Amino acid sequence: MKMPRGGARFVIGFLALPVLLYVVFVIAPYLQAFYLAFTDWRGVSSTPRFSGFDNFTRLLADPTFWAAVGHHVILLLALPLITLAIALFFAFLLNMGAGTKGVRGSKFYQAVFFFPQVLAVAVIGVLFQAVYRPDKGGVLNGLLDLVGIAPIGWLTQPRLALWSLIAVLVWQAVGFYVVLFAAGMANIPKEVVEAAELDGCSRSRMFFQVTLPLLWDTVQVAWVYLGIAAFDGFALVATLSVDRGGPDGSTTVLPLEIWRTAFTYSKFGYASAMGVALFVLSLTFAVLTLRVTRRERIEY
Amino acid sequence: MSNLTVERPAERAEPAGPRRADKRAPKVFNGLSHLALAIWAATVILPILWTFLASFKTNTQIFTEPLGLPSSIKWDSWGRAWEKANVGQYMLNSVFVVAVSTAGTMLLGSMAAYVLARFSFRGNRFIYVMFVSGMVFPVFLALVPLFFVVRNLGLLDTHTGLILVYISYSLPFTVFFLTAFFRTLPSQIAEAALIDGASHTRTFFQIMVPMAKPGLISITIFNVIGQWNQYLLPIVLLSGDVEDKWVLTQGIANISTNAGYQADWPSLFAALTMTIIPALAVYLVFQRQIQAGLTSGALK
Repeated sequence: MKMPRGGARFVIGFLALPVLLYVVFVIAPYLQAFYLAFTDWRGVSSTPRFSGFDNFTRLLADPTFWAAVGHHVILLLALPLITLAIALFFAFLLNMGAGTKGVRGSKFYQAVFFFPQVLAVAVIGVLFQAVYRPDKGGVLNGLLDLVGIAPIGWLTQPRLALWSLIAVLVWQAVGFYVVLFAAGMANIPKEVVEAAELDGCSRSRMFFQVTLPLLWDTVQVAWVYLGIAAFDGFALVATLSVDRGGPDGSTTVLPLEIWRTAFTYSKFGYASAMGVALFVLSLTFAVLTLRVTRRERIEY
Repeated sequence: MSNLTVERPAERAEPAGPRRADKRAPKVFNGLSHLALAIWAATVILPILWTFLASFKTNTQIFTEPLGLPSSIKWDSWGRAWEKANVGQYMLNSVFVVAVSTAGTMLLGSMAAYVLARFSFRGNRFIYVMFVSGMVFPVFLALVPLFFVVRNLGLLDTHTGLILVYISYSLPFTVFFLTAFFRTLPSQIAEAALIDGASHTRTFFQIMVPMAKPGLISITIFNVIGQWNQYLLPIVLLSGDVEDKWVLTQGIANISTNAGYQADWPSLFAALTMTIIPALAVYLVFQRQIQAGLTSGALK
């Protein structure tokens, strides 16, 4: 629409408040973060003192930082792979388990699977404390006890703890992607599936050579979503893990270290440098993923 | 599963080949599909059901017989959670904060999106990109400066501060989504209204908003759930000695930390159940809209 009479005043009137709020609470803090990352500010002095690349040099020599980065790498590989594999499997069962009509109870399963998605991660963290209790009183260890397996320290064994947290993240995410993929699969034209069936196409070939290529766009978006989630993990680690990131730092993630460094140790400059590192990591991931997964789109 | 072994006489006459395998395979496949789907459904339902039952047990019963049923249904742990552990207060705070901030987000977000979608003026593209770029940055990058921005405005430990921050951080996705949505709406009706002498403001509220209802509903649901489940921003911005202002997620996490010291596990599980039940109720009623709203970001 061309700008009609009285339009300029209207445009300014409608944009003023949202832009003002956005600049004050979002844009300004993001810009300041890049500045604070180069200072040794601890919140006491009125003007932060410039310290060059000191924070970043220290960061690169900080074992906690590298431990956290290592956990993000594990999350980045495990979370999308496991979640997408399970979600695609279930979505395929729901849609094509009984020909093209969809399995009985499909709506019920989708409703149940999706529910964890509406719960707060903090609430889920508290919920799984009961599930993962290290003695026989826990839900999981109680079940294992029935078949005579001794209690397992799901969250207390350093080598197991991160995987226990990943299981919870997968548990919460699967339903969302089942619904997403099921919707995508329902959009695949019946004729394509029927033609493949007539040609004697097996179910696994159907999945890999018909369904997956036609769903590739959605899978790609899902991968990016889960990849971005792999750089978070704050709420779950803060509410579920032993000693917030423990035992012994074995489950810590950058967001948690940023929060702790800033609001427990008051090292605001150093925390901002960690924020910049997190930003660089997640941006690199996003750019790489888009490069690697970009494929010819199949029109149907 | 008995049909696994049943050989039908009619089929026997047919030559062995892919056709015959096809007829039997779906049944095996169906049985196994349902088993897999049922197992996943159980992993979703059981922890929640366990929490609900645990709220009626006694302290010792919870952990000595984790898989047993409560001996009697007593609601006193629910009373303790609501009154002493302040769940009632936290819930009211959450309702208030989310109601105001979602309303604010939708009002400001749709105003900005409408102007950006429908009017050409210098800086339009710049403002749009500025809003949308907010989706790329991790909140943790802004965390430290944001804390000081809110503190310097005297809004730390206030609901006002939290609400303004919620609105600001919800704007990128809201503006992104609604701009795309407003662009798809026909422009003739709005132009006709303007020619008839309606002001731009009136045209927006009385013609465009009703037309954009489906998009507005999706994104409202998206924002309500996102803001209701926030954990990071409340613990940073309501971090002082203001327990009476806490929202539900931070309250629950805190009750969980204290449950061990006070040895009052039943009331922790009562508090958890009280948190989950409203979410479940809303989910059951608006399931279709919630699934559509949350997945709307991933579908183009």
